Amino acid sequence: MAQHTRTVPAGTPTDVTQNHVKGGIGESTLRPDGTLKVTGEFAYSSDMWHEDMLWGQTLRSTVAHAEIVSIDTSEALATSGVYAVLTYDDLPAAMKNYGLEIQDTPVLAHGKVRHHGEPVALVAADHPETARRAAAKIRIEYRELPVVTDEASALAPDAPLVHEGRDDHHSGHVPHPNIVHRQPIVRGNVAEARKRADVIVEGEYVFGMQDQAFLGPESGLAVPAEDGGVDLYVATQWLHSDLKQIAPVLGLPEDKVRMTLSGVGGAFGGREDISMQIHACLLALRTGKPVKIVYNRFESFFGHVHRHPAKLHYEHGATKDGKLTHLKARIVLDGGAYASASPAVVGNASSLGAGPYVVDDVEIEAVALYTNNPPCGAMRGFGAVQACFAYEAQMDKLAAKLGMDPVEFRRLNAMEQGTLMPTGQVVDSPAPVAELLRRVKARPLPPERQWETAGEGADVRALPGGLSNTTHGEGVVRGVGYAVGIKNVGFSEGFDDYSTARVVLQVINGEPVAMVHTAMAEVGQGGVTVHAQIARTELGVTQVTIHPADTQVGSAGSTSASRQTYMTGGAVKNTCEAVREKVLEIGRRKNGSYHPAWATAELLLEGGKVVTDGGEVLATLADVLEGEEPVDVELEFRHRPTVPFDLRTGQGDGHVQYTFAAHRAVVEVDTELGLVKVIELATAQDVGKALNPLSVVGQIQGGTTQGLGVAVMEEIIVDPKTAKVRNPSFTDYLIPTILDTPTIPVDVLELADDNAPYGLRGIGEAPTLSSTPAVLAAIRNATGLELNKTPVRPEALTGTL
Amino acid sequence: MDFLRPASWEEALAAKAEHPTAVPIAGGTDVMVEINFDHRRPAYLLDLNRIELLREWEVGEENVRLGASVPYTQIMENLRTELPGLALASHTVASPQIRNRGGVGGNLGTASPAGDAHPALLAAGAEVEVESVRGSRLIPIDAFYTGVKRNALQPDELIKTVHIKKADGPQQYSKVGTRNAMVIAVCAFGLALHPETRTVRTGIGSAAPTPIRAKEAESFLNAALEEGGFWDNGKIITPSVAKQFADLVSAAANPIDDVRGTAKYRRHAVGIMARRQLGWTWEQYRGTGRTLEGAA
Repeated sequence: MAQHTRTVPAGTPTDVTQNHVKGGIGESTLRPDGTLKVTGEFAYSSDMWHEDMLWGQTLRSTVAHAEIVSIDTSEALATSGVYAVLTYDDLPAAMKNYGLEIQDTPVLAHGKVRHHGEPVALVAADHPETARRAAAKIRIEYRELPVVTDEASALAPDAPLVHEGRDDHHSGHVPHPNIVHRQPIVRGNVAEARKRADVIVEGEYVFGMQDQAFLGPESGLAVPAEDGGVDLYVATQWLHSDLKQIAPVLGLPEDKVRMTLSGVGGAFGGREDISMQIHACLLALRTGKPVKIVYNRFESFFGHVHRHPAKLHYEHGATKDGKLTHLKARIVLDGGAYASASPAVVGNASSLGAGPYVVDDVEIEAVALYTNNPPCGAMRGFGAVQACFAYEAQMDKLAAKLGMDPVEFRRLNAMEQGTLMPTGQVVDSPAPVAELLRRVKARPLPPERQWETAGEGADVRALPGGLSNTTHGEGVVRGVGYAVGIKNVGFSEGFDDYSTARVVLQVINGEPVAMVHTAMAEVGQGGVTVHAQIARTELGVTQVTIHPADTQVGSAGSTSASRQTYMTGGAVKNTCEAVREKVLEIGRRKNGSYHPAWATAELLLEGGKVVTDGGEVLATLADVLEGEEPVDVELEFRHRPTVPFDLRTGQGDGHVQYTFAAHRAVVEVDTELGLVKVIELATAQDVGKALNPLSVVGQIQGGTTQGLGVAVMEEIIVDPKTAKVRNPSFTDYLIPTILDTPTIPVDVLELADDNAPYGLRGIGEAPTLSSTPAVLAAIRNATGLELNKTPVRPEALTGTL
Repeated sequence: MDFLRPASWEEALAAKAEHPTAVPIAGGTDVMVEINFDHRRPAYLLDLNRIELLREWEVGEENVRLGASVPYTQIMENLRTELPGLALASHTVASPQIRNRGGVGGNLGTASPAGDAHPALLAAGAEVEVESVRGSRLIPIDAFYTGVKRNALQPDELIKTVHIKKADGPQQYSKVGTRNAMVIAVCAFGLALHPETRTVRTGIGSAAPTPIRAKEAESFLNAALEEGGFWDNGKIITPSVAKQFADLVSAAANPIDDVRGTAKYRRHAVGIMARRQLGWTWEQYRGTGRTLEGAA
C-alpha cells in the first residue's frame, strides 16, 4: 500500500484499556463507554470534526414514483460557499448501484425515483445551512407515475414494474417481477391432517411498519487521502459489508477505502444498509476536502430501511385434546422500493413461521414485494417478529375454542430438543419452551389497582394516560396475556458467516497486556465488554486493550442476527487459544528443561501466570514473554455450515442456532378512551451462558420495550394513495418513554448449546418477538376485542376508526 | 435572520413596531422547532428573555396576572391552588426540560389548536393583555383564537400578561395522547365549576380549528344544575344529565382525521373526558373528593 499520512479528525475512536482484576466471563463488568455516554462526553459519529471540512447535504425526492424529466443544478452551483453539486451523471465508476444482497439501489437516482425520499443529488458547502439552501435551489422536474403500494396493486395485470429487466439470483424463480423473493415451506400433508382437526381457527393479521428509531442519526466523515483513496469514519453495523458496496461505486480498490467505526448511537438493523457512506466519499473525492454528513431526525426517517410491514393469513387445526394438527400460512411482506435484506427476511418469516411448536403438517408461503413504499430491511427480530405476532394470536384463539388455558395449550404443543422444524432441521440443543412459559406464568401477578393511594386521589402515573390525567380508574380493566417465540442466531441459508479477531499479547511496563482488534461494530450490544472478559478468561491477564474497529483487520460480520457474542466473541476466544498455544511454546522453549510439567501437564494461563491444571505455577507471563516479540495472531472463526432452503419445499438445515423467550404481559386498559398502560412484562429467556449477566438483562429489557412500542404506538404511516410518509418525526412517530416502560422482571436460564462458544445463545432479538403478541393478548384479554393489527390504536379499542 | 434583543419592555414594543414581521421568542420550545425543521424562516426574531416582567406573576383579589413567559414548571409549583386547571394542563406539557422553558405566552402566540394551555384558559375564564406602542388592550380569551394558528393580535402587538380568574371552585383538565407522557394532544378537555356565579365553563383542545368552548353543553348544564338546585343541595348529578352534557361536548367538537387520530375518535374522547371531569369536579364541590389543588 502506498505511504499514506492520516490527519486524525477530532472524535476518532482510540484504544480503550480496561483493567479489572476479576472480570472474566460470567461477571458483570461495566461498559468502558458507559459513564461517557451518560455524561454526554462520548464522541458519536455526528461529533466528528476536521479542520477545513465541508458539509454534505442530500436532496431527496418529494414524490414516491416518477420519471426525472430534468435536473437543473446551475443555481445551486452558483451559490457562494458551495464546492460541489453531484447527480447521477457525476458518478465516477461503471458500478452505480449498491445493495446488501441485490445491487438494485442507485447511489443517486437515475432517470426515475421509486420511493419518497430517494437521494437524487448531493451538495457540499462550507456550512451546513449553505448546503441545505443550495440543495433547495436544485430544480427537478418529475413526471409522476402510478404507485404500487400493496399486493393487489403490485400483482395486478397492468401493474407498473418497480424494477424492469431484473436479472438478480431470485428473478428466475419468483412468480412476478414485483416479488423480490418467495419461499414455500412444505412438510407432511396438510389436506390429510386437516381431516383430523376437531377445531380449526383462521386469522388475518396486519403488522405495521416499525422504525428502528435509534437516537444517533446517520452520520460520518470522509477524508480524502494523498494516495487517491479515502478514510471514512462512520457509524455502521458491518464495516466490511459497507466496504464491498462503497469501493466499486467510487472506482477504488478496497484497500484505498479505509474505514473506522466511529461512535454508534444505536442501530437495531437500521445501519445494516448504506446511508451516507458513499455520498460523503463522493463529495470528499470530488472536492479534495473532508466532508461530513449528519442527517437530522426528519431525514433519518428516509435515510434507513424500516421493519417490513406484513399481512399474514394463518390457519391452524387442533384435536379436541389440544394437539396441533396442521398449519397453513401465507405471509406477505412489503419490501418497498429496493431489496435490502428482503430475501433473508422472507427466509426467516417462512422457516420460523410455525413458531416454537410441534406441528408435522405444514404449508407456509412467504413473499416480499417490491412496491413504491419506503424500503424495508433489517430490524431486530428480522421476519420472525411478524410471524410471532400471528401464530401467538392463533394459539390464544385455539385455546379459547378448546376451552383450554392458553399457557397449558402452548406447553402441550411446545417444541423441545429433538423436535423437527418444518424445514426438516432437528432442533439439536436445549429448547426449553415449556419451561420458559411455566416460569413467566408462575410469577405472582402485580397487585390490582396500583394507582390507589392512601391519602389523596389516584396516582395517575400508574394509570393509562399517565400524567395526561384522563382517568382516575374509570373504565380501567386489567388484562393478562402470554406469548413465546423462536428466533434463529447468525446468518443462515448457506451464507459463509465468519468473524475475524486479532489478539496481541505482550509485556508492557512489566505487565502482560492483551490487545483485541476486531472489525466488530459496537452498537450498544456490549461486545467491547465481552471481548475483554473473554481475553481475561483465556489469557489470564487483567489488562485488556480494545482497539478501535476498522477495516485493517478481517471482517467481523454484521452486528445483527443476535450473532456478535457468538461469532466475534467466538473469534476472540479462538484466537486467544492460539495465542495461548504460542505463549506455551515460548515457555517450553525457554523453561521446558526446568520443570517436567511443561511437557506433560495441561497448562493454563491464570492470574498472569502459567499454571498446571493441578494449580502449580510454572512461570509468570511476564517472564515467559520478556525479550520476545509480541505474540500476534489473527484468525477467522466460523459457525457450523448451513444450507439454503429448497426453493420448492423449504427443506434444509438452514439455521445455525435457535433462541427462545417468553413473556407475560399485564396491562391496564382504559376501555372507554382506548388508552393502554403496560404494568409489567415478565420475561424468561434461555441464554445458554450469560457472559455478562448485567448486559444480558439490559438486552432483554431493551428488546422487550421495543416489542412493546410496536404493540401500542410505533408505526410509520404511509399514505396509500401517494406512498408518502406522513409522520417522519418524533412528534408523530412515538416511541416508549420511561412512563410507558413497565417493570420487566427477567428470568435467565443457562442451558448450554454444545455447538456454541461457552455454550452461549445469541440473545438480542428473541425478547422483541414475544413481547408484542403478549401485550396484544393482554389487551384482548382486557377488552374481549379481536385486535388483529399492530400497533393497537385507541380507535381500534373504541370502535372509532 | 436578524436577532433583536430588547433590554426592556418599551424597547421590545418599539422593535415590534419597527419590524411587525418579527417573531417573538421566549422559551423557544415552539419557535425553534419550526426553525430547525425549516417550516419557518422569519426575517427577525425578537428575543424577550431579557424582559423580567414577563416572567413575573401576581395573585390579586380576583385574578392571577401571569407573565407571558412564566414557565409551566412555575405554574405547577406555585399556582396549583389559584389556577388548578392550568396547573394540571402544565403537567401534560412535553418533558421537564420543555416545561422549564415554555410558557403560556408561547401557546397563545402560536395559537395552535393543540396547545395544552388553551382548554384550561377557556374554562377558567381569562383575558389576554396585549400591548403595542399605540397602547394596551385586554382581549377576552373567547375572542382570542381567530383561526387555525391565528389569533387576535395586531402585527405590532406583543402578549404581556394573561389575566386568569382565580378558581372559585373545582377545575379539571385531561389530554388524550397515544403515549403516557411527552405527547402532543390528540384532543384535550378542561372544565371549571364557578360556584360564585353558579356557572360552568369548558374548553376543548385539538378537536376543532381553534380551541373552543362547548357553549351549548355549558348552557345545558347550567340550567340543569340550577333547576335541580344542585349548587345548594350538593346532590349527586344524575347519570342522564352527565351523559347529555358529554354528548353536547362531543357535538361541539369539529375535529378532523389526521395522522394522530380520527375525527370520530376525537369526538368520542372529548365526551368521555367531559363526563369524567364533571364527576371529579362535582365530587370535589360536594366536599367528598380531592382537594382543590391541581396536582396530577
